[in-house]
Amino acid sequence: MTLERGLTWFLRAWVGVVFVFVFTPIIFSLIFSFNSQRFPTIPLGEFSTQWYETILADRDVWQAAWTSIIVAVSTSILATFLGFCTAYSDYRYNFRFKGAYLALILLPPTIPLIIMALAMLAWFSRIGASGQVWSIIAAHTVLTAPFAMAIIRLRLSQMDDNLEAAAWNLGASEWATMRHVVLPFCKPAIVSAACLCAAVSFDEFAIAWFVSGLNKTVPVVILEIVTGNIDPQVNAIGTFVFLTSMTLVVAAQLLFIARAARGMKQGAET
Amino acid sequence: MTLPAKKKSFDLYAMTWRLPIIVWQLIFFVGPLLFMLAMSFFVVKNYRMVEAFEFTNWERMLGRGYFWDSYLLTLGLASLSTIVAMVIAFPAAYALAFKVSDNVRRWAIFLLIIPFFTSYLVRTFAWYVILAESGVINAFLGYLGLGPYTMLNTKFGTLVGYMTLTLPLVVILQTFALSNIDTRLVEAAQNLGCKPFAAVWRVVIPLAKTGLIIAALFCFILSFGDFVAPYYLGGSKPPTLPILIIDTTKSGQQWPRAAVVAVVMMVTLFAVAYAALTAAYRKRGRT
Repeated sequence: MTLERGLTWFLRAWVGVVFVFVFTPIIFSLIFSFNSQRFPTIPLGEFSTQWYETILADRDVWQAAWTSIIVAVSTSILATFLGFCTAYSDYRYNFRFKGAYLALILLPPTIPLIIMALAMLAWFSRIGASGQVWSIIAAHTVLTAPFAMAIIRLRLSQMDDNLEAAAWNLGASEWATMRHVVLPFCKPAIVSAACLCAAVSFDEFAIAWFVSGLNKTVPVVILEIVTGNIDPQVNAIGTFVFLTSMTLVVAAQLLFIARAARGMKQGAET
Repeated sequence: MTLPAKKKSFDLYAMTWRLPIIVWQLIFFVGPLLFMLAMSFFVVKNYRMVEAFEFTNWERMLGRGYFWDSYLLTLGLASLSTIVAMVIAFPAAYALAFKVSDNVRRWAIFLLIIPFFTSYLVRTFAWYVILAESGVINAFLGYLGLGPYTMLNTKFGTLVGYMTLTLPLVVILQTFALSNIDTRLVEAAQNLGCKPFAAVWRVVIPLAKTGLIIAALFCFILSFGDFVAPYYLGGSKPPTLPILIIDTTKSGQQWPRAAVVAVVMMVTLFAVAYAALTAAYRKRGRT
């Protein structure tokens, strides 16, 4: 038994090591962002907010933040709409080539971003839309719609099959049923999916870098700064990006994912 | 489920939900990929791309040693990354699946999701500073009278970057795979005299096979397509295929040749994914 107990402790310690590795860069980037040294090392330099002051005074960063927000919001609306349509079609209907239909929406995240980036760059320049903000939005929608679809599909699978039928029997049209039964039921999942899509779009850099032209998003600015030289203002930008994304994720979590997990558990228990 | 029993030749309601994604993905997903395939046969004349159907790019790229060097390097690095991630993640996932309470597991998974929403670029930059010749790790080792060690611009640096990208996902997927197996089978094996390690190797891993292979496949795809780790932490000499795509596209203006690289990458990934999924869903023979 002592061997087993030792093994258990080893395994728990191993989890600790994995977590240290995963969180080291996140925590150090936060520390470095408040550190006066240009090339941070230990012992650390003095506490300083100079990197935050630098980026807040930088017009390019503000411009990029604005572009990023436009892209993230538009992407999340489009992707959530498309994700809902697909999830509902999958839930409600059986039709020919359904496998291909689902593959069409679910495949994009499995293709390396750099390949998508090249394909998008070439395609948009062929159809005369290179360097446009909406090109980034279109590409990000392809990328994030599967996530929206997955979340909304999960919610639909919790809906009682007879709910729609009951509304039809009571004389509601399909459209009215959609508006008064299905949509309200899916609302938390829809909001949650929108948050998640916005967060993914807000972080994506490969496609945005290839497609954006002069309309740079925040990750593209980070990429360009990192490529240039050692500059700790990247850490300060990273803090802002982190706060934005985490707000969105926590919102999504509170609104739906936690509730869905609880619902599934209850379903499994009863 | 009871559906309205009308048969219409065109069901407006159904099509309103079914068609949008088809149209969107054809224009912005299938279109770009097919165009990229076509572009690999175009030619560049006087710095301008001309639509054509020639095999020059394919001959140029596939006929050169450096392309195959890059190819083997990328394949090797992605495989190494997959093996390392699977080995590092397994004890952690095992502990999270079997040795902690539900509450701890839920928190652990929540914490492992956080990295996906912190910029991968910023995390890579943090590693760059930490691993540098005068960085945090070497300064710390200096106090102990060790080092300095060169970690940047080595395969080790590249691997650290790949792990930053893939390890959280691999731990999560492995934990799901292991949580789903029937622990009574493991207990049965142990009651019948199976030693702990043998139980893991001969009972746990075969039962969780499908999920484990899918975790490995995701890790491989992510590493194979990542340009950040090999570029910023690995020094990109020689370049991996994703870096080759960037160099060829950005500085060389040779989009058709970059397309060749991308198509070769796609074919490779399809082959790997096909092999992995076949293995994942193959029924085990009765022995």
